[in-house]
Amino acid sequence: MTGELGQLALCFALALSLVMAVAGLIGTRTEANTARRVASSSALGFLVFIVLAFAALTYAFVTSDFSVALVAGHSHTLKPLVYKISGVWGNHEGSMLLWVLVLALYAGMVAFLQRGGERLTSGALGVQGLLAAAFILFILFTSNPFLRLDPAPFEGAGLTPLLQDPGLAMHPPMLYAGYVGLSASFSYAAAALLVGEAGWARAARPFMLIAWIALTCGIALGSWWAYYELGWGGFWGWDPVENASLMPWLIATALLHSALATEKSGAFRTWTLLLAIAGFSMSLIGTFLVRSGVLSSVHAFASDPARGFFIMVLIALAIGGALALFAWRAPSLQGGAAFEPASRETALLLNNVFLVAACACVFAGTLYPLILDALNGTKITVGPPYYVITFAPIFFALMLLVPFGPQLGWKRGDLKAAWRSLYPALGLAAIAAIVVLAIVAPRTIAATGAFAVAAWLIGASIIDVRKRKGARASAFAAALAHAGLGITLMGVAGTTAWRSEAITVAAPGQSFTVGPYTLRFDGVSRVKGPNYIADRAHIAVMNDGKPGAVLQPEHRLYPAEGQDMSDTAIRTTGLRDLYLALGDERDDGRFALRAYVSPLAPLIWIGGLIMALGGMLSLWGRLRAPAREPVAPAVAQAAE
Amino acid sequence: MKTCRMKAVLALLLLLVPTLAAPVFSNAASAAATAADTFSDPAMEARARNLQRQFRCLVCAGENVDESGSPFSADVRRLIREQIAAGQSDAQVQDFLVARYGDVILMKPPVQPDTWLLWLAPFLVLGAGGAVAWVVVKKAAARSA
Repeated sequence: MTGELGQLALCFALALSLVMAVAGLIGTRTEANTARRVASSSALGFLVFIVLAFAALTYAFVTSDFSVALVAGHSHTLKPLVYKISGVWGNHEGSMLLWVLVLALYAGMVAFLQRGGERLTSGALGVQGLLAAAFILFILFTSNPFLRLDPAPFEGAGLTPLLQDPGLAMHPPMLYAGYVGLSASFSYAAAALLVGEAGWARAARPFMLIAWIALTCGIALGSWWAYYELGWGGFWGWDPVENASLMPWLIATALLHSALATEKSGAFRTWTLLLAIAGFSMSLIGTFLVRSGVLSSVHAFASDPARGFFIMVLIALAIGGALALFAWRAPSLQGGAAFEPASRETALLLNNVFLVAACACVFAGTLYPLILDALNGTKITVGPPYYVITFAPIFFALMLLVPFGPQLGWKRGDLKAAWRSLYPALGLAAIAAIVVLAIVAPRTIAATGAFAVAAWLIGASIIDVRKRKGARASAFAAALAHAGLGITLMGVAGTTAWRSEAITVAAPGQSFTVGPYTLRFDGVSRVKGPNYIADRAHIAVMNDGKPGAVLQPEHRLYPAEGQDMSDTAIRTTGLRDLYLALGDERDDGRFALRAYVSPLAPLIWIGGLIMALGGMLSLWGRLRAPAREPVAPAVAQAAE
Repeated sequence: MKTCRMKAVLALLLLLVPTLAAPVFSNAASAAATAADTFSDPAMEARARNLQRQFRCLVCAGENVDESGSPFSADVRRLIREQIAAGQSDAQVQDFLVARYGDVILMKPPVQPDTWLLWLAPFLVLGAGGAVAWVVVKKAAARSA
């Protein structure tokens, strides 16, 4: 029954999203409020029905209703409850429903908050409705999660063990909240083009911030998951699927900065509109890359070419439509702010140039092999070395420039004064470089440079905080986010330059060393989990010949899925990780073991979290400030 | 078993999950480069490990042959070590593997006419962006004066 209810709810949601689209777009033109009211209430109704559809699917998963084909294909009665729930989005159909749910949540927020002028909000709802209708059609025609099986099987096929992990249960919703969250900025930008309202950047800012925070957390969470789950100690591999989430983040970051200039001084009006369109376009392209199967042609995911084609048309319409609207309306927007070369505006402009170039790099690296293969059948791999040569220097240059922005005033800044106030940060950078060169082996130019830049960023943030002493909390948002960037950089540099590893085959009782640690392998015991059987190794960290802490990496077999997985054991001091993974048992009873010591690894994710906190501070300040009128006090102006 | 692992890879792609250059396959097989196949000479071993990182496991989702536990990677590792033992230089080992598997095995894409755009694109965008920014700032400064 619930399957049919879900299907019905989805159909109602489609109808309401169409109403929302039509009424919202009419509402940008009419004097009377009727159409706009209809758009707002249908947005809320649309949200209600999508929540119902999602709840129906979740219910089917939780109760293991194997008459629903999707549940039979991706769940199992023995799975713990939390993974029954996360199994809802652990597959194509369910994750598309989650996609639309997030879209509906943002539409609901737009309707509820009513930021910006009536016509602007109405237009934004109209565009959001168009997107929603298109994606619900995609679900109903090519990816229906509610299809039935007759007869229903007694047991489900299970969820791949890799996905049975708390980090991964949270990762897709978080990433989608960011990905799809960029739709709100997109809709506001399109509406601003339709209505010709300049105040859209201020109205859309909370949505930009929410999307950016969620993307930042989602990427950090995914990277952390890969680190502890995949068993080789890496945190980022420039995989196309990762790149698909990095591209929207880079554009969203550029958008946050550019929109600030648009809002505070009226600069870069058309550029900010274009970025808002580009940000969500990157999300759509990412969705296309991951959903259509073009990335994994080898793995025959393209078994259903209808999906790939449908999504491609949908994306071409969304991006093409928005760009056409931009080309048609943008020239009529009055632009041309006045500012001097040494000003906050110039700094934000440079930020955008570098971020867009960095995104171009990821874009080329991700799509070029696909295009080359399609054009002349040449197959190439674009692996990490490409990004080290292209992305790293561009991003490095960007980070060198970051500290100047907050030190320069709007319209007319004083570059010399900015330099002078940054001297302490420069000193800190020099000290960091010397310390790294003097103390830590092996010496590498990259690591020394990275630590100097990290110190430069963090030092500049401290200077910024001191300068703003006594201001509202949200005034410290930028300083916090920029410091977080520096902290992440330290983590990345530390792990990359100074990681030590030991790969060994050990018999019980045997000792081995990795980095500063001596470890003793004390054998393996067999344990039973809720839906797996595991070999659990006992490995003692030795202190002066005596065993101290015991780490227990596992090698798990999931009988329902017929797969095995390793579960790493990580002991962290907060500044250094000892990381252990258990491999196969050899014929002679010895076990393969991998051990890594990753200095500063935790900083990678701590820095990401601090960046996100910076975003949250800014959001908090925004939601307290009025949505339309600019805030007067100079402190607030200088804040971001 | 194999198809199940294949499913694991697909499920990952499905989820927008960073698969990383990661041992989705070798996660289970684990400890790819094990003690069984090491050189006793540390310099040769370092060379081998370094080379192994430069080639991609062609049957995996983006991992190099050093990390991967697939049979393909085991073969490539063996080939690399045989070549080193036979006194071949790093460049010769690379040429050997490219001749055998094609450019696709290189983690670092080759620089050749049909990849010039790939290598230059980021810097072209940077240059174009810089030029536009220059014009924009000059105009804004003229208005400001």
